[in-house]
Amino acid sequence: MSELSADDVKKVASLARLKLSPEEIARYQEQLDNVLSYVHRLDEVDTADVEPMAHAVEVVNVFRRDEPRASLDREQALANAPQSDGQYFLVPAILDEG
Amino acid sequence: MTTATPSTSQLLQQLTSGELAATSLVATCLDRIASEDERVGAFLHIDRDGAIEQAARIDERRRVGEELGPLAGIPVAVKDNICATGTKTTCASRMLENFVPPYDAHVIERLRAADAVLIGRTNLDEFAMGSSCENSAFQSTRNPWDLERTPGGSSGGSAAAVAAGMTPLSIGSDTGGSIRQPAAFCGVVGMKPTYGRVSRYGLVAFASSLDQIGPFANDVTGAAQLLEVLAGHDERDTTSINRPVPRYAESLEQPFEGLRIGIAKEHFVEGLDPEVEQAVHTAIDVYRSLGAEIKEVTLPHSEYCVAVYYIVAPSEASSNLARYDGVHYGFRAEKFDNMIDMYSATRGEGFGDEVKRRIMLGTYALSAGYYDAYYLKALKVRRLIRQDFDRAFEEVDVIASPVTPTPAFKIGELIDDPLAMYLNDIYTISANLAGTPGISLPCGFSSDGLPIGLQLQAAPFEEERLLRAARMYERETDWHTKQPDW
Repeated sequence: MSELSADDVKKVASLARLKLSPEEIARYQEQLDNVLSYVHRLDEVDTADVEPMAHAVEVVNVFRRDEPRASLDREQALANAPQSDGQYFLVPAILDEG
Repeated sequence: MTTATPSTSQLLQQLTSGELAATSLVATCLDRIASEDERVGAFLHIDRDGAIEQAARIDERRRVGEELGPLAGIPVAVKDNICATGTKTTCASRMLENFVPPYDAHVIERLRAADAVLIGRTNLDEFAMGSSCENSAFQSTRNPWDLERTPGGSSGGSAAAVAAGMTPLSIGSDTGGSIRQPAAFCGVVGMKPTYGRVSRYGLVAFASSLDQIGPFANDVTGAAQLLEVLAGHDERDTTSINRPVPRYAESLEQPFEGLRIGIAKEHFVEGLDPEVEQAVHTAIDVYRSLGAEIKEVTLPHSEYCVAVYYIVAPSEASSNLARYDGVHYGFRAEKFDNMIDMYSATRGEGFGDEVKRRIMLGTYALSAGYYDAYYLKALKVRRLIRQDFDRAFEEVDVIASPVTPTPAFKIGELIDDPLAMYLNDIYTISANLAGTPGISLPCGFSSDGLPIGLQLQAAPFEEERLLRAARMYERETDWHTKQPDW
């Protein structure tokens, strides 16, 4: 039984900001469907009174003093940027000019 | 098979006594890499000059009588998803092909402070996602025992480097078995500490609630010595636990009186290779002959661990990997129409197949309408898995099991079947979900001459017991001294 349509795969790809080729969409549709069918074995487990466990060590809030300290300087922060003007990260235009 | 390169403690002894110079040790390792790594492909980057300089400084400091760190002069190879200044950290991804971290990971600071010699960066499955090193964007690593086979993954480069005698020690990260499975495939010792024992600061995040850094070595003592350096509290990782670090290597030889070993019937089921099963039972017999009590325990939810993992890990990955946007660092696509298209094209081109597959799976599991059915359900079953362990560890000190269902598989064998590849992690994943420590140690060979691993698991923060129990077996056997014959 197929759980995932090609449209579902396209929708998820768009949510995840992944540009996929038609071949990738077809392949992921089949492979993800296989994994999800496998995952459905969890349905048989009774979890009615079970709290979800998000972390292996359930630490509560960890506080530290709110003191200023050195952070990366501008040059270091920009060093790995694909595009920068030495001052800022540069991105393509976001707003239409018209 | 030839017998092995010296152990870390032998090397440390020779370095301390002046019998061996750090420069000649590092030269031996670099020569070995130069002659063997073309075939194995364990390293992505070798820091020849840096390593030689570092070794020379240590020799000089020793000569003038300065106090040196606990690993002074010992070469350590580092998985290429752990940030270190001065060299690239690529995660074996096009996305980070030219990324040079602006800071050191906590474990790198610790290794530098211990005067270890960082010799190079090892291959992995892209972003640590995979079980074979075939998902690296740059190269496949081969198993030194059989070059047609994978070294396992994702820390396959670190395991292969130790197995091939290119370095006595290396570090990796383990999110679902990524240290223990390659250790088993390559016939070396590999350990995943308790979640929170080692700081994740500077480890490139894959699944933050599961990731943990740990050691590889050619014997249990080496793993203990390296863990002692890696472990400890770090406030920059809020999940790092503030507890004293025991002197693991010191207590190692103490006999473990009254050791109770658990075996779970759920670990010996269909799909387990008969030779692996036999080797593990034989190892358990060794413990029995040493006076350990062998008890049956039950881990009733272990059959669900792969399903839970392949919801939890991809969900966290889809969130963690959202940072690769082509703006702040890393790759950016050349052709795009607008800002959104720039993100999508960058991510579509910069990530490899398995990374995209997991981002897709995680995004789906977290998306509106599916969150409760998949993600929340998986987190609830995760608690049941942890409770199984809590109950079992009331009865026993360690649980013994296989590490992997089979010895190393062939390159290309599982690459087109993600689910079959995922099932390779069936015995290792539960430790990550439960946060418990686990170690893989050599316990035999298949009829094809491939290494087989024994896994021992213990309750959280019981690394000391785990290592002592492991050493107790190792002392009685010589599997760890075997090396591939070239």
